[in-house]
Amino acid sequence: MDTNVLNKNPFLILKQPGLMEIADFYTAIRQLSALGYFPLFYFGTSGGELLCGMAKPELPLELLRTAFPDNRQYPSLSTDIPAFHIFERELYEEHGIEAVGHPWLKPLRYPAGAKAQMDDYPFFSSESSALHEVGVGPVHAGVIEPGHFRIICHGETVEHLEIQLGYQHRGVCKLLADGDIRTKMQLAEAIAGDTAIGHGLAYCMAVEALCGVQVSPAIQTVRSIALELERIGMHLADLSALAGDIAYLSGQNFFAALRTTVINSSLAICGSRFGKRWLKPGGVNYGISAEQNKVLRNTLKIAEEQIDNCTKALFADAGVLNRFDSTGSLSLKMVQELNMSGITAKACGYAVDARKDFPIREYADFQPLIQNSGDVYARAKLRNVEIKQSLEMIYFMLSTLPDTKAEDSTVLSAPGADIMAVSVVEGWRGRIVHVIKTAADGSTEQYKVYDPSLHNWFGLALAVRNEGISDFPLCNKSFDLSYCGADL
Amino acid sequence: MFDLLKARLTHGYQAIPDPLKVAIHPSFPGLAVILGANEEDFDQAEQLCPTKAIGKFSLDMGKCCFCGECSRRFPDTFVFKPDYRMASSSREGLIIKWDKESQTCTKPVVEANAKLRKHFRRSFALRNVSAAGCNACELELGACSNVNFDMGRYGIEVLASPRHADALILTGPVSANMAFALQQTWEAIPEPKALILCGSCAISGGVFAGSEALNREWLNTMQPALFIPGCPAHPLSILHGIMSLLGRQK
Repeated sequence: MDTNVLNKNPFLILKQPGLMEIADFYTAIRQLSALGYFPLFYFGTSGGELLCGMAKPELPLELLRTAFPDNRQYPSLSTDIPAFHIFERELYEEHGIEAVGHPWLKPLRYPAGAKAQMDDYPFFSSESSALHEVGVGPVHAGVIEPGHFRIICHGETVEHLEIQLGYQHRGVCKLLADGDIRTKMQLAEAIAGDTAIGHGLAYCMAVEALCGVQVSPAIQTVRSIALELERIGMHLADLSALAGDIAYLSGQNFFAALRTTVINSSLAICGSRFGKRWLKPGGVNYGISAEQNKVLRNTLKIAEEQIDNCTKALFADAGVLNRFDSTGSLSLKMVQELNMSGITAKACGYAVDARKDFPIREYADFQPLIQNSGDVYARAKLRNVEIKQSLEMIYFMLSTLPDTKAEDSTVLSAPGADIMAVSVVEGWRGRIVHVIKTAADGSTEQYKVYDPSLHNWFGLALAVRNEGISDFPLCNKSFDLSYCGADL
Repeated sequence: MFDLLKARLTHGYQAIPDPLKVAIHPSFPGLAVILGANEEDFDQAEQLCPTKAIGKFSLDMGKCCFCGECSRRFPDTFVFKPDYRMASSSREGLIIKWDKESQTCTKPVVEANAKLRKHFRRSFALRNVSAAGCNACELELGACSNVNFDMGRYGIEVLASPRHADALILTGPVSANMAFALQQTWEAIPEPKALILCGSCAISGGVFAGSEALNREWLNTMQPALFIPGCPAHPLSILHGIMSLLGRQK
């Protein structure tokens, strides 16, 4: 690889590696995988190339490049590296490149103009008269995003769950690549509105790398505070929803009220309860003044006391434990093999976290927290301890943060031509990856967005096997994955 | 048991006493106001606006994503007041226009709907369809029913079945893949019924307007009863809009 590469998060690739022979390309991926690398991205470009980014914590990003295979076919990677299964489905849908031997190469998003139609989805089915199917969605019973679940049951027991995606497809990557890359902040924030900071930050970091800009340490701290604040707010929302799903109504209300407190303190700084309009490429629209610093710290301190009271009550309740314990379990092997991240992975003892694996300044000493049982309990408990961890980080960052203003931001020059930037952010759901590639004239050739949900959805499908179908909503909520985050 | 009692005691009383009148934090970018017709400001803001909400001399809150860029750059021309009373019963009403004669700008109004008031004044059931919403409007609509905003106190609830609903509240810009399900859900709601658009995406496509992955054909043939702008719409805006539509709020 070229020595000009900025080899820490965000990664900047100034000179792309040469095109490999297709066989060498796949051999290299397999070798890296054997060495413990996992795929950050794998996609086809409009220029007829395959790009794969393999990563291993604390090591440089390995970028591999090859031309599309001649007959648009190659032996599937998923057969020995299951982490690729969803990338290969995407590649098949977007470019018609067939991974031969893939266990089930079906469409992913059903984008506009595609040959495959939503109504013709190739569901797995069984002829057995002992089994029945339950269809749920796309319009769900609650106020949530649309998606379709097809559940095959034997009596009350779930044998198989299939998740049909595509209802939330808005063509985000195409919109992001259209026009001046520096003006896409609002779109980046709407990739997933519940992760406006996570995706917004990933966008900012990638664009700044392309424009050769580094923001000041104080601005970076403000952004990290925003990121942790978002994590606390959404973890509280999930604890509330989990309590609601098992009819533990006190908990539902306690945590909902606490979430209001936390996200209203984001509103007090930037005007949005979701942290929209807070960040911008080159810096922030709103800094944190000394006065706001004090108010935020006091608000969080008071909230923390109540969070402690409420989580103590939640996890001491026999009824709660009865529903959470051993429900919807995943194994460490599954989450590792399938490239999962975030709560889903860490609840199985897999200490994968972008804040440690691809650290930026604020997270120099960061150690991810884990749980080991891989069930609903582990995912709930992990949210509880992560809230505490994020609070500690925010207190520390606030204590060192000088009075910051939007004016401390940096002005962006035009993005460099024919380069590529990759940013990695640990959002509250897990690892977010943004990849931007510019063309020879500096325009955006390709923008790829990866939300952890892309990989984690399959975890839900595995977790509900052999569970009672009545536990499906609880399992689903314990993952709380996003459809729109990966434009599914 | 004692843990729960302690949590309940410290939880206290969380409901906002009057969510229709409560003051919101001054940093909230709500109702758009045009302060003057400075041509240069409008020219530049038009270029700047990510959703093309600004024209001469107007600002369309139905397109606006409330990023605040125009108000930060041209504070003498554009202001977003900390006022959540932003909804309108007409699409046109969301377009804030500068009036040369009076040297003021227009303001959105929610006219009470006599028919809806007659049927649903004391009990109004909503069925939400998220059609490619980013989950921000969805979470805010969900928050309307939480312990703070407590929409249920007015007899307004979000429920699961369209058969039991009086209105469809749409969030999201309507992806092509959700267009059919949206229409089906609407058809499943018995008459009389109302369509409410919640958030700038539902109203105009918002930041996704122009994407080929959307299909707003059916929606464009409909006559919504209420338009609630925002990115996302704030729970107080949603509550105020609906209560005004039912003629329960002046």
